[in-house]
Amino acid sequence: MRTNVAEPDRNDVSDKGAASVRFRAVDKAFGALTVLEDLHLDVEPGERVVVIGPSGSGKTTILRVTMTLEHIDAGTIQIGGEQLYHEPTSAGTLKPASEKHIRKVRSNIGMVFQHFNLFPHMSAIENVMLAPIKVHGVSRDEAQHNGMELLAKVGLAEHANHTPGQLSGGQKQRVAIARALATSPSVMLFDEVTSALDPELVGDVLNVLRDIAEEGRTTMMLVTHEMGFAREIADRVLMFDKGRVVESGPPSQVLDNPQQERTRSFLGAVAEH
Amino acid sequence: MADDTPHTQQAVDEPSQEGGDAPAQPAFDLEVEQSHKWYRRPDVLVPVTLVVLGLSLLAIVPAPSGRFSSQFSPGREVSFGWDYFFHLLPQMLRGLYTTARATVLGFLIAATLGMVMAMLRRSQNRVVSLPTAFLIEFIRSTPILVQMFFAQVLVRSVDWLSLNPIVILFLVLGIHYATYASEAYRAGINSVPKGQWEAAVALNLDPVTKWTRIIIPQAIPNVLPTLGNYLVAAFKDAPIGDAVLSTAGVLFFANTIRAEDFRPVEPYLLIGVGFLLVSLPAAWLVRRLEAHIAYERG
Amino acid sequence: MLTPGQYAQLWNGMLATVQILAGAFALGIFLSLVVGVGRLSDRRWVRGISFGFVEFARGISSIILLFIMVIAIPILLGDMIPWLRGRSVAVLGALALGVNMGGYGAEIIRGSILAIPKGQTEASIALNLNPTQRLRYVVLPQALRIILPPMGNLTIEILKGTALVSVVGGFDLMRATQNQIASMLARGAIGVTVLFVNVLVIYFILAQGVNALFRLAERALDRRFQQRPASKGVRIDATVGAETDG
Ligand SMILES: Nc1ncnc2c1ncn2[C@@H]1O[C@H](COP(=O)(O)OP(=O)(O)OP(=O)(O)O)[C@@H](O)[C@H]1O
Ligand SMILES: [Mg+2]
Repeated sequence: MRTNVAEPDRNDVSDKGAASVRFRAVDKAFGALTVLEDLHLDVEPGERVVVIGPSGSGKTTILRVTMTLEHIDAGTIQIGGEQLYHEPTSAGTLKPASEKHIRKVRSNIGMVFQHFNLFPHMSAIENVMLAPIKVHGVSRDEAQHNGMELLAKVGLAEHANHTPGQLSGGQKQRVAIARALATSPSVMLFDEVTSALDPELVGDVLNVLRDIAEEGRTTMMLVTHEMGFAREIADRVLMFDKGRVVESGPPSQVLDNPQQERTRSFLGAVAEH
Repeated sequence: MADDTPHTQQAVDEPSQEGGDAPAQPAFDLEVEQSHKWYRRPDVLVPVTLVVLGLSLLAIVPAPSGRFSSQFSPGREVSFGWDYFFHLLPQMLRGLYTTARATVLGFLIAATLGMVMAMLRRSQNRVVSLPTAFLIEFIRSTPILVQMFFAQVLVRSVDWLSLNPIVILFLVLGIHYATYASEAYRAGINSVPKGQWEAAVALNLDPVTKWTRIIIPQAIPNVLPTLGNYLVAAFKDAPIGDAVLSTAGVLFFANTIRAEDFRPVEPYLLIGVGFLLVSLPAAWLVRRLEAHIAYERG
Repeated sequence: MLTPGQYAQLWNGMLATVQILAGAFALGIFLSLVVGVGRLSDRRWVRGISFGFVEFARGISSIILLFIMVIAIPILLGDMIPWLRGRSVAVLGALALGVNMGGYGAEIIRGSILAIPKGQTEASIALNLNPTQRLRYVVLPQALRIILPPMGNLTIEILKGTALVSVVGGFDLMRATQNQIASMLARGAIGVTVLFVNVLVIYFILAQGVNALFRLAERALDRRFQQRPASKGVRIDATVGAETDG
C-alpha cells in the first residue's frame, strides 16, 4: 500500500537533523497584507503539531504554502530534508525549483480541507483511487484493494460506490481523509477539518484522526479550534498570532499554563464559547 | 424604453429623500444617499447615449450611391499587393456603411417586433402563446440565408408586390432577430425575482405601475447587453443580403471588384479587416456595459 | 407537396449539409478545447494567441470568413500549404465554420472551467496530479455539464451557417433547393412557398435533432452525477468491514 519512498525514519533524526517540515525565514504577503513574517518552524518526523490562533492570523496560510497552493515570497521550506521551493545548483547555491522538482517533493505531502473538496463526479472509491493510479502508477486492482481498505478504516466501506452528493458531511470528510492517505504521504495537513460539520458528526472524524496519530508513522500538522482534541492529540501546540509564533510547547504548557499574555487572552476568548 | 426609466425611477426615489428629514425624529436626520443606478452614472450614460446617437444618425443618413469599380490594374506577379489593398479602401468603407445601416434599420424592426412576440408569448391564452412560441423557435432555428431566398423568390413570384432588395433585407433581418430579441425580453422579465412580483401584489400596485416601476427597470440591465450582442450578430449576418439580394454592402463590393479585376485576395481580406474594425469595438462596448451592470447587481 | 424526385434531391442536399456540419463540429470542438484552455494558460504568449484567435473568430462575419477561406486563402497560402489547393468547397467551408465555432466554443469552455470551484483544483494539486491530469480528470468532467447546453445552441447556429456554403459554390441542402426554384416559380407563389416550407422544416428537424442529442447527453451526465449503476461500481467485499457509525 505504501507507494512512496522518502519516509523518514523516526529513530534517525540526528542525521543532518532532517526535520519533516522545516520553515526558514519564510515570508508571505497578500498584496500589502503581511501574513507570515520571518517564520521559523521545525516539525520532527512523526510529530503531531496543532496550530491555534485567532482568525486571520495565518494558520491556513502555513498549511497552504506547505502544500504549494500559495507560493512563499522569501525564505525556504524543506520537506523531509529536501528543499520544496528550491533546487540546489552544482555550485551549492539554491535556485527556484522547477515544476518537476516541486511535484516530486510535494508527493510527500497530503492535505485535508475544511470543505472536503471531494470530486462530485466520482464515487467515494474513485476519489480515493485517482491519485494512486494517475500519479503513482499503481495498478487498478491494487489501488482498489488499498482504497477499500482505507475506506473500511474510516468506516465507510459500504459507501464506496456512493457519490459525494449522497454522503453526509462527516462521511465526506472521512472519504477526503482516506483520499489523502491513499498515496501514503509522510506529512499530512489538516485545516479545520471538523469546523464545517454538524456537532454530532465531529466525533467520527476525530476518531479517524486519532487512528492516524496512533499509528505514529505520519507527521501531522493540524489547525483546529477543538481545544480538547488538541490537548489529546498534540505533541506540541503552536500559538500563532499576526504571522508569528507567540508560544510553542507541549499542550500541558501552552493550553493549561500559558506563559504569554496573548495566548491567555486567546484561550479565554475560545473558552467562552 | 431605456430613456423612460430614469424618470420613473426618480419618481420612486424622491419621496424617500424627503422622508429622511422629518423634523419629528432628529435622531434619524441622516442624509439619504443618492442611489447610483447604472443608467444614471455618467460612465455608462455617456457612451450609451453616444452609441444611440451614432446609430440613429446611421439610420437617417443614406449611403452615397454609385457602383463599385476599382479603376486599377493590379499586376499579376504577386498574389497580394498593399497598393491595391489601400486603393480599394474608400469603396469598401462605402459598402461597410450600407451594411451597417441595413443592420441598424433591421434591428429597429427586430427590437419592436420582438417586444410584440414576447408579449404574445406571455399571453395567458394558449391559443396565442403556443403558436407564437413555435413560430419563434422555428424562425430561430432555420438559416437566415434560406429565409432571405424565400422572401426574394416569394416577392418575385407575386406580380403586385415589388420590394426594393434593401427593404427585403431589413425585413428578413428584422423578423429573424425579432425572435432573438423576444427571447432576450423574456429572459429579462423572468430574471426579476419572484419576490418582486409578490411585493408588487402586496403593495396593491396597478399593472401599469408594476411594469413601469418595478419589473421593467429591473429587467433592462439584463436585456440591454443581450440586445447589444444580437445587434453585433445581426451586423455579421447583414452581408448575406449582398450575396442573395445583391444589396450594395461590403460583400457585394468585394464580389464586384473580383469580377472586374480577377484579383480576389485583396478585396476579401479588406472586407474582413473592415468588418473586424467595426465588430470588435462594438463587442467590446457591449462587454463594458455588461460588466458595469453586473457590478451594479453584484 | 413536392415530387419524389425533388425530395430525393433535397435528401442528397441534406446529407451534404450534415456532412459539412459534422466536419465543422469536429474542428470546432477541437479548437474550442485547445483555445479555451489556452486562454487560461500560465504562459503569456499562449494566452495572447488564444485571445487573438477568439476575437478574430467571433468578430468576423461567417459569410465573409467563408469567402476568405474558400476564395482568398487557397490563392494566398496555396504555395505554402499545398494541401489547400484543390480542396472542395465543402471542406474549406467546414474549415471556416469550424474556426467560427471554435471562437465561440472557446469562450464557453473558458467560462465553464472558471465556474468550477477553486477547491477542486486545489484538491487535485494536493493529490499531486499534473496540470493536464487536473483538467482531464477533475475540471473538464465537471465543466462538461455546464458546457453542454450552450454548446448545443452553438451547434445549431453552425448548422444554420452551413447554408452559407451554397453561396460560395458548394453543394448542400440550400443549393439543392435553389436547383428547384425555377420549376416551382412556374407554379407561382404557392409553388415557391411549398418548396421553402419543406426546406425550412427539414432544417428545423435537423436543429431539433441536434437539440435532442445534446439533451440526451445532459441527461446521461446527470445520471452519472447521481448514482452510478451498481454493475459499474466496485464490488463491495463483505469481509473488508462495515460502516461503524449508525
Ligand atoms: N488568497 C488570498 N488573498 C488575499 N488575502 C488572503 C488570501 N488568503 C488569505 N488572506 C488573508 O490572509 C490572512 C490570513 O489568512 P488565513 O486564512 O491564513 O487565516 P487563518 O488563521 O486560517 O484564519 P481562520 O481561523 O479564520 O481560518 C487573512 O487576513 C486573510 O484575509
Ligand atoms: Mg483558516
